[in-house]
Amino acid sequence: MCAKQVKKAGEVPTTGHEWDGIQEYDNPMPRWWLWTFYLTIIWAIGYTVYYPAWPLINGATQGITGRTAAGDTRLAVAEEIRRFDEANAAIKAKLVAADLNAITTDPELDSFARASGAAVFRTWCAQCHGAGAAGNVGYPNLLDDDWLWGGDLESLHTTITHGIRAPDDPDARYSEMPKFGADGLLEPAQIGDVVEYVLQISGQEGYDPAKASAGAQVFADNCAACHMEDGKGDRTQGAPNLTDAVWLYGGDRASVTATVTNARFGVMPKWDLRLSEDEIRAVAVFVHGLGGGE
Amino acid sequence: MSFLNKHKAIETHATLLLVLSLLVVSIGGLVQILPLFYLENTIEDVEGVRPYTPLELAGREIYMREGCYVCHSQMIRPMRDEVERYGHYSLAAESMYDRPFLWGSKRTGPDLARVGGRYSDEWHVDHLMNPQSVVPESIMPKYEYMMGNVIDARYIKDSMRANQIFGVPYTDEMMANAEADFAAQADPNADGDALLARYPKAQWRNFDGQPELTEMDALVAYLQVLGTMVDFSTFQPDPNR
Repeated sequence: MCAKQVKKAGEVPTTGHEWDGIQEYDNPMPRWWLWTFYLTIIWAIGYTVYYPAWPLINGATQGITGRTAAGDTRLAVAEEIRRFDEANAAIKAKLVAADLNAITTDPELDSFARASGAAVFRTWCAQCHGAGAAGNVGYPNLLDDDWLWGGDLESLHTTITHGIRAPDDPDARYSEMPKFGADGLLEPAQIGDVVEYVLQISGQEGYDPAKASAGAQVFADNCAACHMEDGKGDRTQGAPNLTDAVWLYGGDRASVTATVTNARFGVMPKWDLRLSEDEIRAVAVFVHGLGGGE
Repeated sequence: MSFLNKHKAIETHATLLLVLSLLVVSIGGLVQILPLFYLENTIEDVEGVRPYTPLELAGREIYMREGCYVCHSQMIRPMRDEVERYGHYSLAAESMYDRPFLWGSKRTGPDLARVGGRYSDEWHVDHLMNPQSVVPESIMPKYEYMMGNVIDARYIKDSMRANQIFGVPYTDEMMANAEADFAAQADPNADGDALLARYPKAQWRNFDGQPELTEMDALVAYLQVLGTMVDFSTFQPDPNR
């Protein structure tokens, strides 16, 4: 390392400023700094030639890359999507053309549908049905074999396509339980009775036998039309089976009372506008394969 | 290089320096900003984008008040992974009536530019009340107090007027019916045709499922309209923009 040579006054011009006898040298800019500065200017000129840049009266200069994927993000994304679509076009066409129930018997289609269905599920379904599809209060568990509207592939396909009580789809699955308490269809005492009866038929401990037997009549008069006389429900109306241990809104006394009083009206959006037919089929196969498929 | 030495005249003359700097800065500004107002390819015409309904506008203000934009963007970028996850990439024209736009720059939570119609109202209410009840891994805070905050249309016209001043085309008819539309959109039994005539594709129902008109109604109404105005099944954006 050589010691920096300190220049003496007189060797370098000064700026002419002087304060209290202190003068300021007028040293030139460091060379490396100056050249970097010039290089950035040259770089900028090249940049505006390569990419769309300068605005003119009726448009802007397009640059060398202007109308290609390298210079236009929209073209780039369209190109990339097209590339993936093309790569999958054959298998997707096969998936759409196949008979729904035959998909799982074709190993190639089956593995494609399960893999792409899993991706669709994680993107669009997991927020309600849970990342592991175990559902939540008000959002059905898809792992079990207790289905409200049917668990075969055709039923799943219809449900996913049109949704459940989706306000914007006339073909959505639709049923509405009356608000027995809120609308005054049943007296509070009758609701109390029928709740005990529901606790009884669902095999729970601790119900009141006297109330339950009174509730049986209330059930037969008001509930059996949808939930069937044996309480096992009716899939054509999405009426849940009340005799098992699977509950969408809770099966304890308080939850069942709330359900009978205010009814429930769970909504699932329709997906036919957001998902393509192959995606709907794929996610139907995925859900079908989670364990409860029929 | 004698002319370079002339800069001393500028540097030692404050007023001259100020005037000339202003000149240089305004050339830079003109070149960058002015073309955006006249170049056709920066102003994309899209069908379907309309000003927010009074209730949606109120929801948007709650969204801003709570700082939702700090964690949620409203800007789907033109990349394949984003398009696959969130839907069609956002167009500038989709936020043409946003004052200010809420594109955001950070995604702690997911992008919301096309969240409209993606979930049921009930899910939104459950999720805003207690996000972890439906998404256990979420770190979003709870907003259950919105359920109890009853709101009315007292200030909605002022809010619409402020938007109007900044170029949102609220018509006299929209202004005159602001309070009525505000209440009607949260009422499932309202005359929806009047609302639809003023605000195409507007949805009216009881968003939060309880009788009072609360902040929850407004916010869910806003969330349910996000990204739904342009119908991408019929509209194809020009790829060369």
